[in-house]
Amino acid sequence: MKNVGHSIRKIDGMAVATGKPVYTEDLAMPNALVIKILRSPHAYAKITSIDVSRAESIEGVECVLTYRDVPNQRFTLAGQSYPEPSPYDRLILDQVLRYVGDEVAIIAAVDEKTAHRAMKKIKVEYEVLNPVLDFEEAIGHPSVVHPEEDLSVNFDIGLRKEMNITSSSHEEVGDVEEEFKHCAVIVEDVYYPQAQAHTMMETYRSFTYLDHAGRLVVLSSTQVPFHIRRQLARALQIPASKIRVIKPRIGGGFGGKQTGAGDIFAAIVTIKTGKPALIIYDRKETFSATTSRHAMRLRVKLGADLEGIIRAIDMEVLSDTGAYGEHAPTVLSCVGHYTLPLYNKTRAVRFDGKAVYTNKMPAGAFRGYGATQGTFALESTVNKLAEQLNMDPTEIRLKNISKVGETFLTGQGVALGSTTLDRCIAKGKELISWEEKFPRQEIGNNKVRAVGMAITMQGSGIANIGTASVEIRLNDDGNFTLLTGATDMGTGCDTILTQIAADALEVPMEMIIINAGDTDTSPYDPGSYASSTTYLAGSAVIKAAEELRGKILEQGALLLGVSVEDVEFDGLAVRTLRGDKDISFAKLAELTVLGNGKLQLVGYATHGSEVSPPPYVAGFAEVEVDQETGKVDLIDYVAVIDCGTVINPALARIQAEGGIAQGIGMALYEQVRYDEIGKMATNSFMQYKIPTRKDVGKVRIAFEESFEPTGPFGAKSIGEVVANTPPPAIAHAIYNAVGVRENQLPITPEKVFLGMLK
Amino acid sequence: MQIELTVNDKVVQWEVGNHEFLADTLRSHGYLSVKKACDTSCCGLCTVWIDGKSMLSCSILSLRAHGKKVTTIEGLPKEAEEFAQILSAEGAEQCGFCSPGFIMSVLAMKNELVNPTEEEIIHYLTGNLCRCTGYMGQLRAIKTYLGVA
Ligand code: FES
Ligand code: FES
Repeated sequence: MKNVGHSIRKIDGMAVATGKPVYTEDLAMPNALVIKILRSPHAYAKITSIDVSRAESIEGVECVLTYRDVPNQRFTLAGQSYPEPSPYDRLILDQVLRYVGDEVAIIAAVDEKTAHRAMKKIKVEYEVLNPVLDFEEAIGHPSVVHPEEDLSVNFDIGLRKEMNITSSSHEEVGDVEEEFKHCAVIVEDVYYPQAQAHTMMETYRSFTYLDHAGRLVVLSSTQVPFHIRRQLARALQIPASKIRVIKPRIGGGFGGKQTGAGDIFAAIVTIKTGKPALIIYDRKETFSATTSRHAMRLRVKLGADLEGIIRAIDMEVLSDTGAYGEHAPTVLSCVGHYTLPLYNKTRAVRFDGKAVYTNKMPAGAFRGYGATQGTFALESTVNKLAEQLNMDPTEIRLKNISKVGETFLTGQGVALGSTTLDRCIAKGKELISWEEKFPRQEIGNNKVRAVGMAITMQGSGIANIGTASVEIRLNDDGNFTLLTGATDMGTGCDTILTQIAADALEVPMEMIIINAGDTDTSPYDPGSYASSTTYLAGSAVIKAAEELRGKILEQGALLLGVSVEDVEFDGLAVRTLRGDKDISFAKLAELTVLGNGKLQLVGYATHGSEVSPPPYVAGFAEVEVDQETGKVDLIDYVAVIDCGTVINPALARIQAEGGIAQGIGMALYEQVRYDEIGKMATNSFMQYKIPTRKDVGKVRIAFEESFEPTGPFGAKSIGEVVANTPPPAIAHAIYNAVGVRENQLPITPEKVFLGMLK
Repeated sequence: MQIELTVNDKVVQWEVGNHEFLADTLRSHGYLSVKKACDTSCCGLCTVWIDGKSMLSCSILSLRAHGKKVTTIEGLPKEAEEFAQILSAEGAEQCGFCSPGFIMSVLAMKNELVNPTEEEIIHYLTGNLCRCTGYMGQLRAIKTYLGVA
């Protein structure tokens, strides 16, 4: 293959790197109204009176909107395929405010200064209510976060709003209690992975205007243009056909932009005023008034026989979804879906989980989507089990992991199509020098070095739900246009899909124009999330390309006056097998599209998958711990990855290195924290530390390719799975270094230090 | 207030507010390569050169740029292109939002440090955050660019 498997530069790489104006703010009209949001100072309160008259009278203020000015239709900001599993539990503006940062009023003015002045003139009186702040006390708390009658769900998600339960999930195969009785060894522990902030460098932003036909156009820094369109239509009570959502280049998402943020506020201002409007969330709003990763409590119990074969897994999860239930049910169920299938020698498994409402910033989608939290808990417990059995942690994995062709208890009989996880583990051991380094070495000066490990999986797309549609057309000049709704967020899918199309059509990439992420022109695609794009959209590209190839051959044969069996592709032409005649694509296009042909050739495909094949990572950490201070330095991190066929090695490597760095942040540095009244204490990079280039040590990536039979050219996914191993692997290394088992993330020097005193 | 400064070798007179920061002034005059990602001088995305030294344009009052020579990435097309080619060969401009500021720092570093070690490189660039790449690819690109091991 000419393109697939090669490190091809991203088609937009030079433009973004050299600062060309290609992001939302760069493209906004200079005369756009500036929107600012007045936000709640209380974690739980009801507006008893609100007076905006003085604000509205300031010159340059275009409008000030309150809960009285918005449609009375609850919706969800979660960007999910319809029918969304997330509850319809929010209004554009509500009289009830459910967290510090919840929206009280929308101000639109000619410039930022005027908008800020107007904000100060809004008079609000609140009835302050008793907030639910501790998620472990949410169930049955005297305060109910969502008492409203009109909250609704599309189907039963186990919501019990009077108990503050957003959703419930239960899965059980076999009898775990019975199985535990037969197990020689049982280990159990409780884990607290924290809320983590996405901190994409481009904060949330959206620019809206009305076009020549009076339709609402939304330029949004989003991962999910089609979902944003549907969500705006519902919230604003206007037909989706009146809305166009365009995604320009976007400055990172990591799942954060799978949830709507400012779009709805910009949109309502443009609808009310008829004027262009721009909303840019500042960093503080991005930290404190969007979404984070779900903080959770996970209790894991494992039973194994003396050989180390895991026979029973029991997992109980409590997930803090905050004030609104965006992604609450699905993140919760993914905790089990993306961990339990790792080990399939089990005879019984049970998963029980609840997501609960609290009066804090909502949680949402974040790279890893539950798998990250589940992996931390399960893998830490497996490491504990290995220790108890006196087995090498890598050995216990090799004994228990699923192999090709095998099924797992909760998998409804679906057989595993591809895995090289065993090779990933072996390779990782070699790269980190496991045999020499496990578990620890004193290196003098009161310092110890130690290694730790973990494995993980994710999915590739959502089985039976995710679909991708792709259209490829032969243009009048012999070039091709590839139309897709897939949403490049820097990850490079515009390039990757073009690579795939070029190889499927056997033409150079330069002949393909990709047009993506515009709900007016793109065929439907849910967007970039759930590790879907390469796997689903990539397959749709291949199907569409094959259809188009067939049509080109057919027309070529017709024009050459031979039968279709007698022609083949040859460079940029259709040629007879005998080689005596050919017709170039350019000529063929001319004769079909223009003049008498009256037939533009188009290949079209919609692809969905009945399976969601798991990519795998084996992660290995080496840390150095100072026994005097508890300070942990990450020395080396090795991740060996099975993502099926690697379509673009350079881009896959960067995805992996970036995901590992976010995992390192989660393991050691990052935490969304609140003060005692529920106000976020970590709303800037001063208080919320993300890893700098000094903090990541050395990260090394290797690939152990498998071939996934259902994937495009054998590919699976990579975007999310890479985020999951650092918390358990680093926690394991720290334990091996100083004997401190820290189950509450992040593992700060204070915790290690205090742990060593015990 | 009016200020006079040189931006990318062009002398300009701009009307600026007393509390306006240079990053905003530059953007409002069309230098859209200048990005901002924080309000606390932490991220480095807004890095430009002032009199040849890399500075955070979000934290410098525009008034203070009076009489100075300001350079944005638009003013260094050749150098920026050369390094961006290497960076994008690594795929290390993921979303690219941090890249212009990062490149301005790298180019300044090249002028300032002779044969820097890996440690010195990392130290020099610590103020440039990136949430996408995990920094390894950026480091590979810098080493290729500087021709160091
Ligand atoms: S914008 Fe973050 S340092 Fe200037
Ligand atoms: S490439 Fe996205 S922040 Fe650096």
